[in-house]
Amino acid sequence: MTAHLIYAAAGLALVVLGAWSFLVHAPLLRKLVALNVMGAGVFHLLISVGYRGLDAPPDPVPHALVLTGIVVAVSATALAVAFGQRLEGSAGEQDRD
Amino acid sequence: MIDWLALSVALPLLGAVATVALPRFAVPLGLAAALPTVWAALMVMVLVADQGVQVSALGGWGAPLGILLRADGLAAALLGMANLVALAVSLYAPGYFRGSVLEARFWPLWMLLWAALNGLFLAGDLFNLYVTLELLGLAAAGLGALTGQRAAVEANLRYLLVGLLGSMTYLLGVSLIYTALGTLDLEQAARELRAGPVAWVSFALMTGGLILKSALFPMHFWLPPAHANAPAPVSAALSALVVKAAFYLVLRLWLELFGPVVGASAALLLGLLGAAAVIWGAWRALRAERLKLLAAYSTVAQLGYLFLFFPLLAELPAGTARTELLGAAVLLALTHGFAKASLFLCAGLLQKAAGHDRIDELSAATQALPVVTLGVALAGVALIGLPPSGTFTAKWMLLTAAIDLGQWPWVPVIMAGTLLAAAYVFRVLGHAFASAPRHGDAPPIDPRGCPGANAIGLALQLPGLMLALVAVLALGMTAEPLWDLLASTTDPSEAAP
Repeated sequence: MTAHLIYAAAGLALVVLGAWSFLVHAPLLRKLVALNVMGAGVFHLLISVGYRGLDAPPDPVPHALVLTGIVVAVSATALAVAFGQRLEGSAGEQDRD
Repeated sequence: MIDWLALSVALPLLGAVATVALPRFAVPLGLAAALPTVWAALMVMVLVADQGVQVSALGGWGAPLGILLRADGLAAALLGMANLVALAVSLYAPGYFRGSVLEARFWPLWMLLWAALNGLFLAGDLFNLYVTLELLGLAAAGLGALTGQRAAVEANLRYLLVGLLGSMTYLLGVSLIYTALGTLDLEQAARELRAGPVAWVSFALMTGGLILKSALFPMHFWLPPAHANAPAPVSAALSALVVKAAFYLVLRLWLELFGPVVGASAALLLGLLGAAAVIWGAWRALRAERLKLLAAYSTVAQLGYLFLFFPLLAELPAGTARTELLGAAVLLALTHGFAKASLFLCAGLLQKAAGHDRIDELSAATQALPVVTLGVALAGVALIGLPPSGTFTAKWMLLTAAIDLGQWPWVPVIMAGTLLAAAYVFRVLGHAFASAPRHGDAPPIDPRGCPGANAIGLALQLPGLMLALVAVLALGMTAEPLWDLLASTTDPSEAAP
């Protein structure tokens, strides 16, 4: 019982840390890592919700949510990194001009 | 029987795949997917109007693991508006992008955005709402940065990050609801949710996340640069539809889930933020130097009006008055969708003709393209709220409700916002009638001297004008059926005795 409460509390702590870091730090990569930490916190929480004791199988619904959430987070991060790369590339072009 | 709900999501998705696979035929393939999509969405609207709420369990799998599509009056009304606007954008885009590489690149993301939008309006549970919201955000950011120009990429990167923060917060709220209630289905959750810490915290998290995405003051900072720097057809879709989708979620969650349990103070907060948005957005629109930036700030202001409805809806008991006011809110959202899309489509053509969109130097372009200027004027009529536009009816009902309920402070806000809107619209239109330049040393205004105007055919000018006509005439004169359609909206406070 206490184990999965600790897990959920750790998840919440990750969410808060991620949100704080996202708001405070300006560089794109730090923001992205912060968002992913925040996402990991939400997923932590969802996994601990699915726990129903050692003998019972876990609740499948939160697991489906986490899997979908991971896919979404990966694609969003990829798009943001692509944008960042584009910005760096165009900064280089301006320097050459 | 044909499953129109599933089709209205699946067809644009198919279109997205087809236009990626065969970029050479992107325009015909995209249009071939667009037309049946609009048809499917309109069929959903007709079915809801005829038979009430429509439900479709995809693949025969019901809740909780399956994906349930559901259309009630509110969803059907927004679905119909979104698809008509999307049709106009689809007809406009090929001509607008002709001859550039964007002609093919536009379609895959655009069809994906369309599928996400239809999916969002039809989603019946909290998690599918999250997935469609994310898809919408990703497609919208990609489309906004389509030109690859530095300003556009910067603005849309910021939009993407803000959107991600918003949807993470929303997801945290969803997981709280699931922990407490053990369900994600909106209807089931609405039955189980009681007033208390769970309701308040999840309301704050979910609505807070969505407010970021719907650009409610003071979270609007990302919107003007992102919408003003996108290509015109994309700006139209972003401003008219994408932010409206986030507002639709706030409204739906409020009506079905949180309204009965979180009380009037939360609604008052939403109303106050809306009031600030009305004044600040309209003021910045008045001061904007570029036409597309003006249109983007005007979106901030018009979204503010939509949030003014919350404190009034919260005060009204279930009954005719509440249903009427809800109808007015939806009418305002629909009219703004048509009018703002029209304004951006017309602004794009003026920009094409003049080579820029600096308002003070648009006289020649507005005079060379009278049909486009008529579109801008009609869209302006709808944005100000002059009769006979749908905005007039909606604002009139909003004012009446505010006075009837004794909530006087909203009245001057609505008045001031309308006055400012008139000022910024006439500021643009004034240049269409100018015969001499404002400064003595500037070149004289000569419509024939606007080189880009000749290349713009009537077919490119019509979509914007049609949208403006719908906003002013169709939604103003014949809005009555909207209330019949909304009669089948799920509103638990009506079912309660």
